[in-house]
Amino acid sequence: MTTLIEVPEAEPGIVAPKSKSKAGGGLGRYIVIRFFLIIPTVFILVTLVFFLMRVIGDPITASQGGRLPPDVLAQRIHDAGYDRPVLVQYFEYLRQLITGNFGTTITDRRPVLEVLTTFGAATLELSINALIVALAVGIPFGLIAAQHRDKTPDALLRFFAILCYATPVFFSGLLLKLTFSVWLGWFPVAGRASTRTELTMSALAAPSGIYWLDALRSGNFTALGDIASHAVLPAIALGLLTAGVFLRLVRTNVIGTLGKDYIEAGRSRGVSEFRLVTKHAYKPALIPIITVMGLQIALMLGGAILTETTFEWKGLGYQLVQYLNARDFVAVQGIVVLLAIIVAVTNFIVDIIAALIDPRVRY
Amino acid sequence: MSTPQLTRPKQPLFSRLPVISHLKKSVGLQRGMLIVGVVLSGIFLLTSIFAPLLAPCGYSQLSDDSGSFPTQEAPGAKHLLGTTVGGYDVLSRVVWGSQTAVTVIIVSVAMSLFLGVVLGLLSGYFGGWLDRILVVVADAIYAFPTLLLAIVISIVISRGQSSFWGGIFSCAFSITVVFVPQYFRVIRAETIRLKAEPFVESAKVLGASSARIIGRHIFKNATRTLPLMFTLNASEAILTLAGLGFLGFGIEPTSAAEWGFDLNKALADTSSGIWWTGVFPGIAIVLTVLGLTLVGESINDLNDPRIRGRKRAGRTPVRATQAGPESPANPAEAGKS
Repeated sequence: MTTLIEVPEAEPGIVAPKSKSKAGGGLGRYIVIRFFLIIPTVFILVTLVFFLMRVIGDPITASQGGRLPPDVLAQRIHDAGYDRPVLVQYFEYLRQLITGNFGTTITDRRPVLEVLTTFGAATLELSINALIVALAVGIPFGLIAAQHRDKTPDALLRFFAILCYATPVFFSGLLLKLTFSVWLGWFPVAGRASTRTELTMSALAAPSGIYWLDALRSGNFTALGDIASHAVLPAIALGLLTAGVFLRLVRTNVIGTLGKDYIEAGRSRGVSEFRLVTKHAYKPALIPIITVMGLQIALMLGGAILTETTFEWKGLGYQLVQYLNARDFVAVQGIVVLLAIIVAVTNFIVDIIAALIDPRVRY
Repeated sequence: MSTPQLTRPKQPLFSRLPVISHLKKSVGLQRGMLIVGVVLSGIFLLTSIFAPLLAPCGYSQLSDDSGSFPTQEAPGAKHLLGTTVGGYDVLSRVVWGSQTAVTVIIVSVAMSLFLGVVLGLLSGYFGGWLDRILVVVADAIYAFPTLLLAIVISIVISRGQSSFWGGIFSCAFSITVVFVPQYFRVIRAETIRLKAEPFVESAKVLGASSARIIGRHIFKNATRTLPLMFTLNASEAILTLAGLGFLGFGIEPTSAAEWGFDLNKALADTSSGIWWTGVFPGIAIVLTVLGLTLVGESINDLNDPRIRGRKRAGRTPVRATQAGPESPANPAEAGKS
């Protein structure tokens, strides 16, 4: 039984060409091979999503059916080209994708790419905040758990990790809102910022869309405080989900490295247990974290959809749900495909970083 | 270890069952976690089976002999956990929700087990172009956010709204599509490993057909990790179901009770301080997932000789844990020997 199978959560997200010959091949070659693996991944997902969305009929009937008279509906379907054979539409769609055209939403007639640039920053901000929480909670706790293996702190922390995983984001979000917003009144209930700050932010020249960055750049510290107080609860809700994964990962890997010969050698030379964990076993154990972070991006995007809905955080996920409810499947398809590309590219970057840090990853 | 006389006669059958064999192997903290997990999962299962007896009202019941239920009533004598904004009894919805969850788990895990195992065996055993295509497709799906994929599938199957079985199947199928790649990867890796084992080679020499080798020799050995995957995926299935329900892609409240859907409706209540509509279905989700995950985690740890605690051995010498890929106790007990 190989170790890879036994610890599914530690299974790295590398789709690396493991079967390639072990001899030769530098980092450059690895990057090139890894880069070309993005293309089939994205292509398969695009194809899958396209045909799945076409199975249910054309998008115009889905969103406007029943509201428009049949002849107008038929005319619009014809204008948009949805009455052509599916394969023709498919190749047309691929051609548009290559030129960067992700389609135009049906309900509010905006290019999907514009939706992404408008709302993507909010999702990015949420993800960064959550990642900070996840790392700040996951790594130290994981080290503590590994150091006190099978003792009370370990038991409590492992239970905490499983609890993090077992609690859906929207439930932890609901509890946080209930406790800290409604009962204690410490943080606002929902949104990214108060209306006044929102207006200040949109009035800025060349905004990045990431609020705290914009507030810092313009030196507006009242706005920064407002943004921070809005960001706390969503970041915790989404961050704890990932924190549990990091905690378990750090724990398992540190325990794994603690069994290595060089640790034993250090111990026999009189290095303290604390120093062994924090200095010697810690760094090699971080490598899997970086690779798993790639997988976490996918998990986080899923979590972000739920978090954004819970906290009315107007990001990509929130917008996606709006389009879903309006049955605007062109928008949904566009956003889904865009997210697929983002996930594939981030996985690529993460794999490259992992290869830079750990030469063993290269083939 | 504690009851050798009782279990020894039943050794061949009873003690080889996944969870029981693990329970016997476990010790201390790990045993505690496993027991808590088994108890929670057991409560969940029993609740779902006896939901008609346990629930005070039906899941879509809005009134009884004394008239319509009040809306958003705080927990009290008549409605133990209060009522929702729609006038449903919260306790009944929570109890009935377990039935929905179990049905979805069974349907989705059965479907993904079947598809994943069959594809994994074929792909791993025969290799070639089929293998390459399946691996690329599986990896592509695996890298994709679970929930997004589930949303897309759910749109395709039910267009978002549905009856009980329609909703169950669309949720279950969404979850299946997400899980098949995971089963596929594990089974494929095991198959490739087993293909090189001497007993497969000897079967080939004896003239066994591919079907027989796959079905008899590889299948039975490759499925050792399935109990672990089953429990972990069952918990993930519940989370995905709840996520779909929360986004409004679940099952209509009139056709079944679903925790995620109830949480979605409860979200608006929180700002006015109404906590019981959201907290109880949420706790139900957490406890169920917790129970299944604890079982899964414990099995995972107990299968791994590097992580597993030893019985009465005190501090295990580190050297001893670096055994070969085959742990001494595990295969004999967990799988077919």
